[in-house]
Amino acid sequence: MNLSGTITLAHGSGGRAMHQLVDNLIRQTFTNPLLEEGEDQARIPLAGLVAQGDRLAFTTDSYVVTPLEFPGGNIGTLAINGTVNDLAVGGATPLYLSCGFIIEEGLSLETFARILQAMKLAADEAGVQIVTGDTKVVQRGGADKLFINTAGVGVIPAGFNPSAGRAQPGDVVIVNGWLGDHGAAILNARGDLALDADIETDCAPLNRLVDAMFAACPDIHCLRDATRGGLATVLNEFAERSGVDFMLKEEHLPIRTPVRGMCEILGLDPLYLANEGKLVAVVPLTAAQAVLTAMKRIPAGRDACIIGEVVEGDGHVVLQTAFGGERIVDMLPGEQLPRIC
Amino acid sequence: MKYIDEFRDPAKAKKLVEEIHKLASGMFPSTPLRERTSPVAERSRSQRSRREHTRSQPLQIMEFCGGHTHTLFKYGIESMLPDTIEMVHGPGCPVCVLPMARVDDCVAIAEQPGVIFTTFGDAMRVPGTRKSLLQAKADGCDVRMVYSPMDALAIARKNPDREVVFFALGFETTMPSTALTLLQAHREGLKNFSLFCNHITTPATMRAILTDPDLRLDGFLAPGHVSMVIGAQPYDFVTRDYHKPLVITGFEPLDILQALWMLVKQIAEGRCEVENQYARIVPQAGNTAGLNAIHEVYETREHSEFRGLGNIGDAGIQIREAYAAYDAEKKFGIPFDAAPFDSAQGAGSLKCAEVLRGVMKPWDCPAFGKECNPQMPLGALMVSPEGSCAAYYAYGKLAKRS
Ligand code: SF4
Repeated sequence: MNLSGTITLAHGSGGRAMHQLVDNLIRQTFTNPLLEEGEDQARIPLAGLVAQGDRLAFTTDSYVVTPLEFPGGNIGTLAINGTVNDLAVGGATPLYLSCGFIIEEGLSLETFARILQAMKLAADEAGVQIVTGDTKVVQRGGADKLFINTAGVGVIPAGFNPSAGRAQPGDVVIVNGWLGDHGAAILNARGDLALDADIETDCAPLNRLVDAMFAACPDIHCLRDATRGGLATVLNEFAERSGVDFMLKEEHLPIRTPVRGMCEILGLDPLYLANEGKLVAVVPLTAAQAVLTAMKRIPAGRDACIIGEVVEGDGHVVLQTAFGGERIVDMLPGEQLPRIC
Repeated sequence: MKYIDEFRDPAKAKKLVEEIHKLASGMFPSTPLRERTSPVAERSRSQRSRREHTRSQPLQIMEFCGGHTHTLFKYGIESMLPDTIEMVHGPGCPVCVLPMARVDDCVAIAEQPGVIFTTFGDAMRVPGTRKSLLQAKADGCDVRMVYSPMDALAIARKNPDREVVFFALGFETTMPSTALTLLQAHREGLKNFSLFCNHITTPATMRAILTDPDLRLDGFLAPGHVSMVIGAQPYDFVTRDYHKPLVITGFEPLDILQALWMLVKQIAEGRCEVENQYARIVPQAGNTAGLNAIHEVYETREHSEFRGLGNIGDAGIQIREAYAAYDAEKKFGIPFDAAPFDSAQGAGSLKCAEVLRGVMKPWDCPAFGKECNPQMPLGALMVSPEGSCAAYYAYGKLAKRS
């Protein structure tokens, strides 16, 4: 398909232009047998699912981000990995995704093609297939360039049951690496801060990492990906639902120097910055070493480390600062705003 | 982007904290405070009412500046202090103390045809009785955020057919730059530039707090960056007239611990002095060039109001008659003292006044975190991230648990 020009309302009209966009660009990029059947729905054989576990996991998420492309990824990588990770942290093996596009007229075809390509690569890396989808084009101002919704199904193997309410005193908290990269990369890429930091998104699929963790310890108590709201938000949910306190050690938190520096300048707290390839696990102390070792063998877990522990309490997250003090890390009331003067 | 770990060294912090604990336990040897014999305690006790003589309350130390409040929270410094030392958060955030009527004035100026209203970013979200500057901008006013008053001057040069107004606010830290900008406009003969002056001075504000009968404080941490301009001498009245020790303090966590140690040591030894912890930066006499510009352009106002504190006497600053051509109040006919004590503050459930005077903690305000939160700030203490209510909201506090 000729990629010069932009997407117009005609591409959403149901006519030839739409046919070209959907068949010659989207379907060709995502190609797989289920998609090729060309029906209005993907028809997935049950037998293959049943063989892999005893529960179906089903999730959906919509993706909106400015700018669409940023160092280390784009909205497409987010849309695949985000949904893959939502399945993975439930213990599910992600299998099939749907994909809905809402496109604002005027988006360049070249950009759109680049995003589709990134989605295909991400799907292949995670081992999932995009088997059904939908495309709408709206007038200028009706959306912000491109919104993507993905839904996904996966199968949960018997016996895997992490939940936000299962943290117990004595457990340890593990993360799989550097915190806050994605949030910092997006802020930086927006460019209105006139900072010149070299920060890439951490966007990555986590399903293979979770597989390895499950193999090392079938009794992982809590597991979540730390996306919007960052580590602080996930741990607050764990603390509240489990009725325990979390004690974090600031000097053990893996935060890159440029991210730290950027937060310093803007008055932001890296604990609230979004991640797109980070999970937080609460595991029994006795299993911690085995889980860490298993994680470090997988690329997405190379920098895994223990950042704190669970203690008795009533639902607080407490940070022991490197300086020697303690403070409560609460849920954020809303978006963090940079301090300007 | 590196940061200054030198002033965040936990080993040094530990040492200072130990020293502070030692001093404090010397002062509170498991006996109530009334047993204390230091002359300062005697003196300040004699100033209190009879009922309060028997208090067994901790030392109350006010960090005047919002920047200090921020550092306290971020590093969890309060949790390192003995229970016998309590920090009271001061009003030292120029955005926090802005009366709603002043924001209304800004909006009124911004609404005049042809005006470009320029301001520091933090002031944009402060609620007025009608709207904030941010809302005024959304409604079509030309409100622009700038990083310095010189940027506003540049806008004035580029738009000779527009009136450019800069919202001058802040303590002595921002006064030299606005004064110098006005003088520059004067030199260039720019006719379309003016300042809406809402500056306030730190020492006079401190005096307004000290004369409050409700307030019980044992000492002050004073902001180092203010003293970079005014020096140390303007604080002499705090020790001389009110017998409260004061330490001029930097903004790194070790600065604060060291200053606290100096202050507690003064109290323990019965001294009452103005000391300078920030000597690495603060010259005793301040910044002469900056001070000269300030005196050239500004004079004290007879009467000014603070959100939550009401009349603060002579803390307000106005532009001298000689520079009236650059005074937005005169240009746009703003009746400055038509600022009735914020009516919203009168409504019983908002405790801004009590919080600002350090008599109440933010979470004791019935509106805290409910009707009043950083998204929908009712009081100005919730607006800037360094306002006490917003800071409590963002960082929470261990003390809250007990
Ligand atoms: S919570 Fe809001 S209303 Fe209450 S004191 Fe703080 S700023 Fe004022």
